[in-house]
Amino acid sequence: MKYEAVIGLEVHAQMLTETKIFCSCSTKFGSEPNTQTCPVCIGMPGVLPVLNRKAIEFAIKTGRAMNCTISSYSRFARKNYFYPDLPKGYQISQYDLPICEYGYVGIVVDGEIKKIGITRIHMEEDAGKNIHESASGGGNYSFVDLNRAGVPLMEIVSEPDIRSPREAVEYMRKLRAILRYLEVCDGNMEQGSLRCDANVSVRPVEQKGFGVKIEIKNLNSFKFVEKALEYEIERQKKILEEGGKIVQETRLWNSEKGITETMRTKEEAHDYRYFPEPDLVPIIVDQRWTEEIKKSLPELPDTKRERFVSEYGLPEYDADLLTSEKPLADWFEEVVKLGGQPKAVSNWIMSDLMRLLNAENKSIEECPLKPKQLADMLKLINKGTISGKIAKTVFEEMYKTEKDAESIVKEKGLVQISDAGEIEKIVDDVIAKNPKEVARYRAGEEKLLGFFVGHVMKLTKGKANPQMVNELLREKLSGSHP
Amino acid sequence: MKLHSLTISEVRDLLDRKEISVKDLVKSIYGRIEAVENLVRAFLATTEDKALKMADEVQGKIKEETRKKEFLLGIPLAIKDNICTKGILTTCSSKILSNFIPPHESTVTSRLIEQGYILIGKTNMDEFAMGSSTENSGFHVTRNPWDLERIPGGSSGGSAAAVASDGCIAALGSDTGGSIRQPAALCGVVGLKPTYGRVSRYGLVAFASSLDQIGPITKNVRDAAILMNIISGHDPLDSTSVPLPVPDFTAALGKDIKGVKLGVPKEYFIEGIEREVEVLVKDAIKKLETLGAIPIEISLPHTGYAIATYYILATSEASSNLARYDGVKYGFRTEGKDLMDMYKNTRAQGFGAEIKRRIMLGTYALSSGYYEAYYKKAQQVRTLIKQDFEKAFQEVDIIVTPTSPTVAFKVGEKIADPLQMYLSDIFTISVNLAGVPGISIPCGFTANNLPVGLQLIGRHFDEESILKVAYAYEQATEWHKRRPNL
Repeated sequence: MKYEAVIGLEVHAQMLTETKIFCSCSTKFGSEPNTQTCPVCIGMPGVLPVLNRKAIEFAIKTGRAMNCTISSYSRFARKNYFYPDLPKGYQISQYDLPICEYGYVGIVVDGEIKKIGITRIHMEEDAGKNIHESASGGGNYSFVDLNRAGVPLMEIVSEPDIRSPREAVEYMRKLRAILRYLEVCDGNMEQGSLRCDANVSVRPVEQKGFGVKIEIKNLNSFKFVEKALEYEIERQKKILEEGGKIVQETRLWNSEKGITETMRTKEEAHDYRYFPEPDLVPIIVDQRWTEEIKKSLPELPDTKRERFVSEYGLPEYDADLLTSEKPLADWFEEVVKLGGQPKAVSNWIMSDLMRLLNAENKSIEECPLKPKQLADMLKLINKGTISGKIAKTVFEEMYKTEKDAESIVKEKGLVQISDAGEIEKIVDDVIAKNPKEVARYRAGEEKLLGFFVGHVMKLTKGKANPQMVNELLREKLSGSHP
Repeated sequence: MKLHSLTISEVRDLLDRKEISVKDLVKSIYGRIEAVENLVRAFLATTEDKALKMADEVQGKIKEETRKKEFLLGIPLAIKDNICTKGILTTCSSKILSNFIPPHESTVTSRLIEQGYILIGKTNMDEFAMGSSTENSGFHVTRNPWDLERIPGGSSGGSAAAVASDGCIAALGSDTGGSIRQPAALCGVVGLKPTYGRVSRYGLVAFASSLDQIGPITKNVRDAAILMNIISGHDPLDSTSVPLPVPDFTAALGKDIKGVKLGVPKEYFIEGIEREVEVLVKDAIKKLETLGAIPIEISLPHTGYAIATYYILATSEASSNLARYDGVKYGFRTEGKDLMDMYKNTRAQGFGAEIKRRIMLGTYALSSGYYEAYYKKAQQVRTLIKQDFEKAFQEVDIIVTPTSPTVAFKVGEKIADPLQMYLSDIFTISVNLAGVPGISIPCGFTANNLPVGLQLIGRHFDEESILKVAYAYEQATEWHKRRPNL
């Protein structure tokens, strides 16, 4: 029997607000434990939450970018459970009335756009972090760091529209790109600012209803999302093929072993006893506010990609890559604005620049090369001051030294020789010194042209204008100047 | 002259005229506490050293214009122990917070501090404000100053007993289902529960967030108005506090009450109410009539559902609000063999029986499968109760009822029967559910010399009307001048 997977993702995105969602503590990552806390976020008796307006704004922005309906009336609810990293014994989240609902994002599957439905986006506070001493190292204690407690999160819940691990990753990438474009989340999966839980079931292809679903937690990289889903789908298929039954449960991805493992069964699932948070008033979002936010939205990845194709005449592939990150797209456009020919700029970025950045594991934001440097270098090529080949050297030098192209060209004497007289002298010299090859060429062995070009280039250290060299050599070797 | 028996406004006059010093006043209070506290036991802790130091500090600041912006400069007040006072033990009368010193100050006490008040001590209460007799205190029982064999009411029993026994000039309490008004009635003093949202809850240890309000317990109506002027108003730290302008509540005092329509709900004069209480309350209504008010019989038809509704909503919220007392971060902890064991031991030993009963009730009401039948249904009934009041207030200006169906009962009399205990709040609970303001004022004494309270209920954010009528009644009677024989 043929099976298909049904996947839905719950993505937690940490919002890039300066302060926490219900108090004014900083959200900075990586500080000393418990230094970014106050009575409110550590759940002292008698304290009350006050909602950070920025968090609502970010959620609305995200909702709009993901084609959601923004609720004019939404509210917070308490999710009750005990855990040491949860200082109040409940998490303030949204339950029955979330801020955004009924949206979608488009991903490309086999060259076609596929819409993945967004069920809802809701706001909630993050919990703290438990740090356990290792028992093997003689440790006996667990520590609680509440710096992260109260950091605002968005939970973006998809419809079960995803059909393969590949699609899941495409969807995650798209979410990440949108969130980063909006500057509402840095998308850093390693630091946990973007986290993913997956719901996955399998069913015979012709079946309409869903199979029993398994939740997988702890998927903190694109690779793990893909691997864990692949593993889990195979595991479930195998059970079904052997006539077994899937048991509803929550599983944990073990990245070391490359498998999913039982975390808790349905019977062990919590009853969170949600109820409306009485310490906060309902969130009323008026039309004017959403319109204002809509106006402030930046151009999003899909629109930008389409524009790069139509406005700059770039191939889809180039446009897709250049628009994957807003800073990269901005970098590209800056060079174009300074006079760079779009396709040439795209080529330089996609080959040379990417190679240099990747070698150092740097992002475009950390790129030492400025758009103006590339634009100026491209001008030198166009003017014929340097050849395309020499430009490769100049480019690397610019990247390393942060000097501009012109001074590198001057310092290193890389100016192209375009003086016909000078080139002619060298060409003559080469012809004179290689009579045998000249004879063979004239006898019809025309591929020897490269041999002569090579010699000329060697003598000029590559600086001779290649076009002129070619023309002159052809002329002279053809015998019109015997 | 016994300085400790004076009111805020009287003390203000004497201080401003330099007839007494702040130190004389503070010493007089502590002298009184020393004399009666072993009988009444209103306080969990007193702060004498700090208070005397403070007395010296503020003395020099008293000038003619002081009363305009620092009306409480040098005035000794007692604070219920569920209101956080920075650096001063705040226990909620619970073993689980027996060692808890808040790093934060509540908004109400911050405002008192700005006004230059002097903290006398933290008062006893039912643990986490759950109870109607202060017998649920995790530490000791407080006695009614009028009869030491009886309870002072609760949960703000310590604050009411302290005011009634002159252990302070006035006090703050909190009221979730009657916890200011019922002990005020049973101790023969004035207690006001403001409109929900009128006073910030920041720093009030939460029992039931949608019902809790802080309010004054005072020796007369004027003092209640004075304290209301100071503690009321929007607080950016409490989203449920309402950004409405705060009137000068004392300006309402002394205004004529001719033509004020008094709603007398027929559901409040029923079986279960003590005969003497009913008679005194009806006399009070007649007295108001002689002052020009017009009694009108009204109906609040959903009154009968109030207690059931309250005990679902309040316990549901409490079950969540009290989850933070888990032994992890602060307060009492009992170790266990693992985390779950530590939680269980800590909470089993840290909470008293009533707390555990209510946590269980609330947990049950919120559980999946029961939520719709209990919590959600109760919310719907709450709306109906609120509508009862809205409808009534289209017809009348204020509503008059007894505060409590009985006078103070004996220590131990109801403690074994939670349902009997819960009925103590039958006349006060609806007010919290509706979110409207209510005040209890003394309206007479029984043959046994036990005080009886009259409750006046107003429209949302119309504390002025109930203060006005309360003041008119007080001026026309002598009840508030009586003091217990201690």
